[in-house]
Amino acid sequence: MTLAAFIAVGRFGLGARPDERTGAAGDPRGWLKAQVVGVNPGPVALTGLPTGSDVVGRLVRAREAGREARQGAAPLPGGPAGGFGPGAGAVQGGLGPGAGATPLVPALTSPLAESESGDEPPLMRPSRRQPFAPLPAAAARGLAPGADTATAMLDPLKAFQREMRDLYRREAAAKIQIMATTDQPFRERLVTFWSNHFTVSVQRPVVAGLVGSFEREAIRPHVTGRFEDMLRAAIRHPAMLLYLDNARSIGPNSRAGQRNRRGLNENLAREVLELHTLGVAGGYGQDDVRAFAAILTGWSIVGPREADTGADGFVFRPLAHEPGDKTVLGVRYPEAGEAEGGAALAALARHPATARHLATKLARHFIADQPPAAAVARLERAYHEGGGDLGHLAGALVDSSEAWAEPLAKIKTPQDLVVSTLRLTGTGWPPERLVGHLRQLGQMPFSAPSPAGWPDEAGYWIGPEAMMRRIEWCALAGHRLASLVGPPTLLEAAIGPVARPETRQAVLQAPSAAEAITLVLASPEFQRR
Amino acid sequence: MFSRLTRCGVTRRQLLVGLPVTVALATRGFGPVAVALAAAPTTRRLVVVILRGALDGLAAVAPYGDPDYRQQRGPLALAEPGSEGGVLDLGGHYGLHPALAPLYDWYRNGELAVIHAVAGPYRGRSHFDGQDRLEDGLAVAPPAAPPVGDAGDSGWLNRALGALPLNRWFAQSRLGLAMGQTVPRVLRGAVPVGSWAPAALPEPSADLMQRLVQLYQGDPLLAPALDEGLRSQRFADAALAVAPAPVSPPGMVPTQPQGGGFPGLAATLAQFLNPETGPRVAVMELGGWDTHAGQGTVTGRLAEALRPLASGLATLARTLTPAVWRQTVVVVVTEFGRTVAANGTGGTDHGTGGCAFLVGGAVAGGRVITEWPGLARPALFEGRDLMPTLDLRAAIKGVLRDHLGVPAAAMDAVVFPDSAGAAPLSGLIRT
Repeated sequence: MTLAAFIAVGRFGLGARPDERTGAAGDPRGWLKAQVVGVNPGPVALTGLPTGSDVVGRLVRAREAGREARQGAAPLPGGPAGGFGPGAGAVQGGLGPGAGATPLVPALTSPLAESESGDEPPLMRPSRRQPFAPLPAAAARGLAPGADTATAMLDPLKAFQREMRDLYRREAAAKIQIMATTDQPFRERLVTFWSNHFTVSVQRPVVAGLVGSFEREAIRPHVTGRFEDMLRAAIRHPAMLLYLDNARSIGPNSRAGQRNRRGLNENLAREVLELHTLGVAGGYGQDDVRAFAAILTGWSIVGPREADTGADGFVFRPLAHEPGDKTVLGVRYPEAGEAEGGAALAALARHPATARHLATKLARHFIADQPPAAAVARLERAYHEGGGDLGHLAGALVDSSEAWAEPLAKIKTPQDLVVSTLRLTGTGWPPERLVGHLRQLGQMPFSAPSPAGWPDEAGYWIGPEAMMRRIEWCALAGHRLASLVGPPTLLEAAIGPVARPETRQAVLQAPSAAEAITLVLASPEFQRR
Repeated sequence: MFSRLTRCGVTRRQLLVGLPVTVALATRGFGPVAVALAAAPTTRRLVVVILRGALDGLAAVAPYGDPDYRQQRGPLALAEPGSEGGVLDLGGHYGLHPALAPLYDWYRNGELAVIHAVAGPYRGRSHFDGQDRLEDGLAVAPPAAPPVGDAGDSGWLNRALGALPLNRWFAQSRLGLAMGQTVPRVLRGAVPVGSWAPAALPEPSADLMQRLVQLYQGDPLLAPALDEGLRSQRFADAALAVAPAPVSPPGMVPTQPQGGGFPGLAATLAQFLNPETGPRVAVMELGGWDTHAGQGTVTGRLAEALRPLASGLATLARTLTPAVWRQTVVVVVTEFGRTVAANGTGGTDHGTGGCAFLVGGAVAGGRVITEWPGLARPALFEGRDLMPTLDLRAAIKGVLRDHLGVPAAAMDAVVFPDSAGAAPLSGLIRT
């Protein structure tokens, strides 16, 4: 494998599958560019999973049924309040944006507590170890078996929540399955990148059943299309409208606002400006946030009796929309209902600050934590030249000489590490179990700590404790792979073109095949891309 | 869960034997021979709790006596002390949120101080920038974000450690500890620190670890991380093995330390802090504060977030020995406050002024420290937020100076650059 092929499959792709090493060998750049031409209907692993409209329709009906059941039975303290699902404090969840986090997460644990089906060496079993104990709040609030059952019978909402947790597990497993097997790994990396750019996270349990459909419907179809289309699809999607609270935001002077004395929620508007488009230094002020929030009033999700009418779970509520003209970034938007939002998003997508923000993030992901200014400037130009076409931008990225200069500039995230390991041998490891492993490693799919998504910097991922976890996981994988492939073969496949003599020697001198493979996986070379 | 046995029953301690001599020597500080070693630069303990997502200070400590409170807060106003679901009175003007009831005893015996209408120098409303300034301690954003791991990527707490008098103790122990998988920016920097999180993946053999130590030699990122990881684990084993059973103050019903979450981490942290050889400074993080919708009053999202905070702090206090508790200050801070008025969805949006807490046996508490700006509309910051009248850095500098003994010379030059205008608050620490 040439160095260029190594970079193509590792940095741009998701790690080399055995067949990719030859596929990328002849023309690495051509191999990458071929992946971002045209649209991709989506991997087979995604068929059979529900649509966002489907899930949100059932969500609102379950909420209503829950309300009715509660009104019939003894009233529960607090009631359904502003959210859905028990809000517990997020522990090291960063800012769970609102409802806090984690009641969902502990339920997904015990990746290793369940029997490893006999295929791990017995010594590796955590016999004396308990899995990460569930949070007390979660245990007390309905995730503990038994205590939950009676409530669930009374409360259709509880049953629905449990179903959504199961759905989340399937979505997370499907995502890992795709990353491990796709023959368009560059495209898939871009999907993951943009999905992270427009984070919706299960840290907020209400969106647990929607995170997968969000990526499928708002991100995947546009990953080589126009940014403006992806932006609109992402902001309109029920997952985003719920995650960042816009579904209930009401214009204070609208008819609904006057009647209910309710009003604006500026969360989504602020994060669109700060995170999705202009960037925090993009030159907007508090007045722009308020005005943009007013523009987005009425952008909501279907109600319980509308659930079958909205084609995509989105509904615009004219009665909740703030009347009058609004001005954002000096541009006046005359009163035009839903169309105001479309116009404002289009303007944001074309704004120079947006081009700079997106170019910087892409360069950080594909080139270096501190991306070279020249590369950022070139990507920025490519964004403008292509009219915001993301396929064109991806091509410009492939043509950036900086991305090919330094083979190991980026540290792998836990997802990168796990996926690239799986792709090495092309063998299966139950994806459900890997979801649990990723939780231990701090990066379960669709569970970013905040609306800003997972950070793209080495310092976030390599702390002392995280380092130990990585090594522990590499040891686990080393034992699993040892029966499938010899260490020298694996070394060549994993890090051949960049392997240092020290690493080769350490692998050669390891006391067992399992430890030799562990050393390959844990080596500084394989921990980077 | 605390005992991390390696396979074949080899304990962490035996792992040391196989490690290079320098590392093995360094670990002696964790054992009973510690008395023979150099004294630590301080015997005091400082715990910093970062509430990520912006705590609503007006809900945590409600100014119920302010004439404009009820009208301005509307549906989010809490009831008067003494009424059902009412706040717990803090001297006639302020009241503690009922979900923080476990903290109330500390107020009454002078171990809790509230700092109100406080904010750092940051005046924007971005969580992410706000948390960066809260942690890096800079007055304004640096022109370019420093690369993580770079000398420029450091937090005020790490720099404060660096300003303490150097002695042999530094070479042998870790003064700073992050509870979590990653070290938050506030504790990152030139002074090496440890981190700890409960584990669930099986532990590799000592032999493999030794091979990796060699393989990582010279790697600027992985080598220090592995080194600290091994050190923390050895320390964890030692500290958790010798930690005394949790002590319950008389009259309190002992509760089992919680297995997980913030209270569980707090219990473990206390076990680290108790030994003479333990860290002096620790950081914990807690999320769930970004209450844009359904914030609630006695119940609701905010109450759900406050409960584990209160229970975690109570667990920490209960698990520390009385002697160590008397030497401890816990500083609870957040990136900014939230809007005074409720928004359209029963929540609050990003604001400016908020509140911070000082808790601990070393705190000169029992009071609310503030220059109260009032809640009348003209008194609000930009017509919507609680006006900050105290600089959070002034309070932190007061604690660093009077509690940890950070030299004044370092304070405005290194720890909080360009903060000379925010003179350290005096009298926060019991003398």
